[in-house]
Amino acid sequence: MIDARYAVGIDLGTTHCVMAAVDLTASDQDDVAQWTVSIPQLTAPGAVEDRPMLPSFLYLPHPDELRPDDRTLPWGEQPPFVVGELARAMGGRTPIRLVSSAKSWLCHPGVDRRAAILPVEAPDEVERVSPLQASMRYLEHLRAAWDQHYPDAPLTEQDVVLTVPASFDPAARELTAEAAEAVGLGHLVLLEEPQAALYHWILAARGEWRKQVRVGDIILVIDLGGGTADFSLIAVTERDGSLELVRVAVGDHILLGGDNMDLALAHAVRAKLAEQGAQLDPWQLQGLTHGCRNAKEILLGDAAVETVPVVVPSRGSKLIGGTLRTELTRDEVTRNLVEGFFPWVDASARPTSRARAALTKLGLPYAQDPAMTRHLAAFLARQVGATRDLAGFEDRLPEGASFLHPTAVLFNGGVFKARSLLDRTLEVLNGWLAAEHAPPVRLLEGADLDLAVARGAAYYGYVRRGRGVRIRGGTAKSYYVGVESATPAVPGMEPPIEALCIAPFGMEEGTQAQLPPQEVGLVIGEPVRFRFFGSSVRRTDHVGAVLEEWAPEEIEELEEIEATLPAEGRQPGEVVPVRLHAAVTEVGTLRLEAVPRTGGETWKIEFDVRGES
Amino acid sequence: MNASQPNFPTRLALALRAFWRILADSEFARQALRLERGESAPTVPVGEQPKPAVFRETLSESALQLLALLQQEGRFVDFLEENVTAYSDTEIGGAARVVHEGCRKVVRDHLQIEPVRTEAEGARLTLAAGFDAAAVRLTGNVVGQPPFTGTLMHRGWRVAQITLPKLAEGHDVRVLAPAEVEL
Repeated sequence: MIDARYAVGIDLGTTHCVMAAVDLTASDQDDVAQWTVSIPQLTAPGAVEDRPMLPSFLYLPHPDELRPDDRTLPWGEQPPFVVGELARAMGGRTPIRLVSSAKSWLCHPGVDRRAAILPVEAPDEVERVSPLQASMRYLEHLRAAWDQHYPDAPLTEQDVVLTVPASFDPAARELTAEAAEAVGLGHLVLLEEPQAALYHWILAARGEWRKQVRVGDIILVIDLGGGTADFSLIAVTERDGSLELVRVAVGDHILLGGDNMDLALAHAVRAKLAEQGAQLDPWQLQGLTHGCRNAKEILLGDAAVETVPVVVPSRGSKLIGGTLRTELTRDEVTRNLVEGFFPWVDASARPTSRARAALTKLGLPYAQDPAMTRHLAAFLARQVGATRDLAGFEDRLPEGASFLHPTAVLFNGGVFKARSLLDRTLEVLNGWLAAEHAPPVRLLEGADLDLAVARGAAYYGYVRRGRGVRIRGGTAKSYYVGVESATPAVPGMEPPIEALCIAPFGMEEGTQAQLPPQEVGLVIGEPVRFRFFGSSVRRTDHVGAVLEEWAPEEIEELEEIEATLPAEGRQPGEVVPVRLHAAVTEVGTLRLEAVPRTGGETWKIEFDVRGES
Repeated sequence: MNASQPNFPTRLALALRAFWRILADSEFARQALRLERGESAPTVPVGEQPKPAVFRETLSESALQLLALLQQEGRFVDFLEENVTAYSDTEIGGAARVVHEGCRKVVRDHLQIEPVRTEAEGARLTLAAGFDAAAVRLTGNVVGQPPFTGTLMHRGWRVAQITLPKLAEGHDVRVLAPAEVEL
């Protein structure tokens, strides 16, 4: 570990980035010197302000749109693009030049994340950027902002903890780490966002957390950000007389968040305005979405309020004449948000999914079922066995339980500022528990819904130095490659595929898996692709295990992986038997290598290989 | 009561004269302030002339900057420039929400405004000698010597902190809102 002065946590969010720091020299045990770092950014052409958050938006202006002076940043640069608040504001008027939700694109398995594809709707003359580059732009801005504040302690020399959704697959994690390394953040570790939220809760409780949980607790973390829903389960265990935390399961990647909810409300209100004969342009729809978000928070925060006026300002200077006025009622919020996104469902409910049309427009794979509660039910049911092999948890779950029973819950993300959405989630969850004669969950209080992830990440940088409790757990999946089985070929049928385990569940950072005994053939000089699988429930498969069949919900197919053996010193076309070796790097990314039978060389296997799709 | 005290009309005339002279003559204002704080009048050395009043030109830049922010977030200039007599109260009310919400955000984000007096309005309070006359204005039956006891009619407002955006060189603050041309 380097001799850093600060541990810096960066929440590279779908809609906002936040940066927090811990002064390592001024902190001792539970007494932690921790703060969020303000981020100077353009808020209007030529005007710079400090803000606690950096909106994750990148605007690619036309050369005549802004003068170079109008793009000047406090550190003297005049980049040909804009990030942050001004980017968001300009994008509201000119959406074709706005890159948003780059993080969701970064984990979109259907596109080449290194290809310049954003903004998708941009005309040809706009020089597009890749999801990877967009992430780099935000990180560059954060680095410069940090260096401006702390010129004597540049960010590249600090311990940086960058958060990712727990549901990020190995390719998305590697791309995130690559973006950070490309802007010089070499002393980097990745941390799952729900874990960061829990670290923040531990930090905020200042040592008292040990009194608020007990051995045998299963903490459910529900992190509902602007663009994604992320679930994790963390068990409280004991080792050598002190409490320990083990992350036992993470949920699937669900592209569903607060922005979807605000947009759903805005569309409902737009329909109402359309009945009155008013048509909104995209800028006005954005104004309406903003108005609906505020109105929603008032309605869901105060049960006495029945309606909140929502106004859509006019585009022109005639404000009074052109402003549209309507209202949002409690009934509309209940119907669209509470019942639409958090419906009362049984624990046996599952998200509905319809087959996607064959020709879909290039777009993000948003969750098809907006019901958070159904996604949660599916997650808890799939993970019913998550604690079965954990010491001390053998008898925790009653016989015949249909889902894993959490005992405590921690909420994170701006959505839960609307208290009644939090209450509804609790009611539904407690209803499921009551049906199986389990006690209700305890709510872990003290969350900071917007800033917790960055703060928790900075705190993690501190506890990594051995100064606090760490959440163990390692990788939340076991990984497999597809190999064709050696059965005789049947004409007209694809040879059946078998899954060879190459990385077991729960690999910790900086550890290596064993070499599997099986070998696969690689062709020299030609890219060879393998089907790649992950399982969040098969916890006991060891390296070399071969699965001939499996239940569809047990194993999920990930993107293909690809190995290319260079032709140097070998005969192109020759087949070399190799074994596939997995390791988890110190950064926290999965690394796969092809290891030939002889010679010391190894070849890296790439995750992100689409490109031609 | 001292027999030599002036009567009310005399006092009123003096107050009005003093009011204008305090505004126009900084040296007189300085002396009036001393008198009002109950300090003894300084002896002016013979032959020394009062210095001519010097008024500061306030910088219009930050005023324009604040106005631009109020327009940007709260459509403040649009609202003021419109003829409100042509509209119904309902229409004005709708627009007022835009103005109120946006301007309030600007004020909350950039100015830290706090009351001068923390007591509830209507409360009785006592001002000791040497109170800051710029921050507390005496009204009504203003006679006698401090400590003064009276009723708080308005709490007053004071800016504790102001943070306006930093501007790039060459930024034209006179453009409060650029014209928008949609292509």
